[in-house]
Amino acid sequence: MPFWDRLFRRPAAKPQPDGAETAPLDPGLLGGELRGPAMRRIMVGTSQSTGVERAHNEDALFALLGSASGEGSVPDFGLFVVADGMGGHRSGEVASSVSVRSVAHRLAKDSLLHLLQEDGVAEDMPIQELVRQALEEANHSVVSRVPGGGTTLTAVLLLGSLMTIGHVGDSRAYLFSNGHGEVLTRDHSLVKRLEELGQLTEAEAAVHPQRNVLYKAIGQGANLEVDVLTHPVPKDGFLMLCSDGLWGVVAEEDIERIVWNSPHPQIACDELVRAANAAGGPDNITAILVYFPAD
Amino acid sequence: MKRTTKALSGGPGETTQLGQLEPGVTLQDRYLVLALHGSGGMSSVYRARDLHFPNVTKVVAVKEMINLATDPTMHEMVVRNFEREADLLATLSHPAIPRIYDYFTQENNSYLVMEFIEGKDLEAVLRETDEFLPEDQVVNWAVELCDVLQYLHLHKPQPVIFRDVKPSNIMVDNHATIRLIDFGIARVFQPGQKGTMIGTDGYAPPEQYRGEASPAGDLYALGATLHHLLTRRDPRAEPPFSFSERPIREINPRVSAELEGTINASLAYNPQDRFPSADAMKTALMTVAKDTGILVSPKAVAAARPRSEVQEVWSFECEDEIRGTPIIVNDVLYIGCYDNNLYALDARTGEFNWKFATEGGIPSRPAADGELVYVGSEDTRLYAVTAERGALAWTYYAGGPIRSNPVNYEGHIFVGSDDARLHVINMYNGQKSWTSEAAGPIRSTPLVQDERVYFGCESSDFYCLDFKGEMKWRFSKAKRAITSSAILVEGMLIFGSKDWSLYAVEAEAGWQVWKFRMGGATISTPAYSEGRIYTAGGDGRVYAVDFRSGREIWHFQTEHQVTGSPIVFEDSVYCGSVDGSMYCLDMRSGRKRWQFQTGGPITGAAAVSENRLYFGSLDHRVYALLT
Repeated sequence: MPFWDRLFRRPAAKPQPDGAETAPLDPGLLGGELRGPAMRRIMVGTSQSTGVERAHNEDALFALLGSASGEGSVPDFGLFVVADGMGGHRSGEVASSVSVRSVAHRLAKDSLLHLLQEDGVAEDMPIQELVRQALEEANHSVVSRVPGGGTTLTAVLLLGSLMTIGHVGDSRAYLFSNGHGEVLTRDHSLVKRLEELGQLTEAEAAVHPQRNVLYKAIGQGANLEVDVLTHPVPKDGFLMLCSDGLWGVVAEEDIERIVWNSPHPQIACDELVRAANAAGGPDNITAILVYFPAD
Repeated sequence: MKRTTKALSGGPGETTQLGQLEPGVTLQDRYLVLALHGSGGMSSVYRARDLHFPNVTKVVAVKEMINLATDPTMHEMVVRNFEREADLLATLSHPAIPRIYDYFTQENNSYLVMEFIEGKDLEAVLRETDEFLPEDQVVNWAVELCDVLQYLHLHKPQPVIFRDVKPSNIMVDNHATIRLIDFGIARVFQPGQKGTMIGTDGYAPPEQYRGEASPAGDLYALGATLHHLLTRRDPRAEPPFSFSERPIREINPRVSAELEGTINASLAYNPQDRFPSADAMKTALMTVAKDTGILVSPKAVAAARPRSEVQEVWSFECEDEIRGTPIIVNDVLYIGCYDNNLYALDARTGEFNWKFATEGGIPSRPAADGELVYVGSEDTRLYAVTAERGALAWTYYAGGPIRSNPVNYEGHIFVGSDDARLHVINMYNGQKSWTSEAAGPIRSTPLVQDERVYFGCESSDFYCLDFKGEMKWRFSKAKRAITSSAILVEGMLIFGSKDWSLYAVEAEAGWQVWKFRMGGATISTPAYSEGRIYTAGGDGRVYAVDFRSGREIWHFQTEHQVTGSPIVFEDSVYCGSVDGSMYCLDMRSGRKRWQFQTGGPITGAAAVSENRLYFGSLDHRVYALLT
């Protein structure tokens, strides 16, 4: 009976290899650059490590990237945030994660969701004001929920071809393009201030015993003034956000070398974290790297 | 300022945590604790009674300092440091310094027994009032402080640097005498904190962070303290070493300029630039005390470029007011006048070449391409005349007066009119290419770039059209007319509105990036140079605004409204005002380099060509000056 045959029939014999030979793969094709058509889109990589010396990771990060096409579509949208927490016990971890979440929530709600609405009516407030308020809200959250805790915060809101940066503390946003790198943010650290006054050289600041002292941070209390600025996106270039566990440990030339030589930002981020750990990993390490194509 | 506080594990009995010495506890069988008097940082002060005087209540202050070092060697070292400092204090003798009677170390803590001061520290004095403190009182305190600092700095065998001058370490006792109440002994007890801290000292001089402590550092801290006392602005809440950003007299105008100058001298970044000694500062303060009451401000030394007189190269008189802006092409200057004429003058000599008569006033700037000159008039027409002789080439009729500046681009002239339309005209034959309707009269100059046309109108809308006249987006967040023209820099459009604001709008989709509030309506077209936007408004001010963040860098006040637009040339900003002057300001600092007075308001903008500045005035003249 065919039915029972179907149930209990032994499976057909497996096909035998036909003994054909294939030509060996051209080694030039393997390990070839992944760059090419893939590099025409915005790409993002993120990486984190507790480092070598620290027991806990008090850094937090958030990365969101969206693109759309079609009639009346939404422009490219991105939200990238890095925070480096401080404070005894677990205050640092909580402070950084609370503020990252607060900023991400506020900015996603006030900009992305607005954009996605049917009529796409632009938000009433200037973008810079939105970003400023998001950071101020994060400050209030940390003050009330994490007493004794504080955090740096550097957030980048990407809309179309402009990026708006909200910043407080000594995490950094870098721009790499045309073969050179630029720090877009200002460290709110005591040593940076001394450097600006000509009291310390950059080299002295890097090893100064108080190089970790900040005069501004999320969680410090009322009247926090954050820096907000807007910059056009680079063409065939990168935006990098990182905590001082990276920039304070790996030299800028080495960071640039890794960024430019990696086929994908994710690979670069992993490599940057490895480099920071190899150099001693004295602090938590966080990096977000975003590549922008030439058009 | 935040610091993490550690919960200390309890030792025997009384001293488990800071401030936990209970009243009734006796230390060393001699000092009976009466009450906690105050605490802060790592130390507490108690009011206690010295039982060695049983028949009277001899009140003393007992300062308790917790030794935080856990490592036994560190611990020992901290105790020895403390004892050395206590020995030093015991030898000091000055009315402002509390007497030290005794010291001892017990388990984890060290104690100083000193004179008990009844009074208030200056931090409390500030806290208990909302008003500014009177200058003479602050000066008196400052003189006393200089006196005790001088005593300490001259101490033999080694100068004593106080290192911690600040309001909370200075008391005013019940006899109104200044007393220093902390000799940084608490410093000895702070092991370096690992990890990042938030907050800085605020009063400490820059060199202290390099580990340098010198008498000049005490003078800086004294200056910082006086600054705080007079302005009520706590330096710990501000970026470090930023006192110059908060000039005393700007916050508290009643402070004399002499006192401000003295305090500024003590706040110089370099120790060598401050007073050479506390005595020198005391002398300066006593001079201020004598002169207070005479409100003569020392001449503010404006570092003006050594430019003696502004040189007028030529001027030319027309028959009526000149409200618009000139344009210079091929050494010929073209400008419109309210006498209905378009003038062509030789740019080098000011000689009259020709004039072309329209039937209405010309408030706008002409456009020129070398062969033809295009000018709009309030008679509703746009004229094209030959550059050489002003012969009419063609006439275009709009539906209303033309007050917007025509712009030429790729064979077309773009111009707005009071008929609420943007007109796009073929440059060669004067035929209409297309028009686009706006919600109100268009008096601003269209900006044509990258296949887009951007312009604002009197209805407060700002438009972006493509070259077919289709609207790409419209910005309606401004609340009043946009008469100013826009500039486009790095993807952002910058323009002003009569609602007192300068807007930065993203060019692709029209999002608002930032908004800068001015003190009055603005119709000026902004100028951009080296990361800054320059604009001006009805509040009479010329502003420099940071392009990326929309923050003011400086402003310059003229004596009347500014309706023209500033222009930037080399490192100067040139702007005319209704007060009749053309101003030349330093681009970076906003300081005035020179001003040139004309006989009437200047409402247009200037133009620069070959190192000369050209502009018109309502006094009927066109001027050419050397830049």
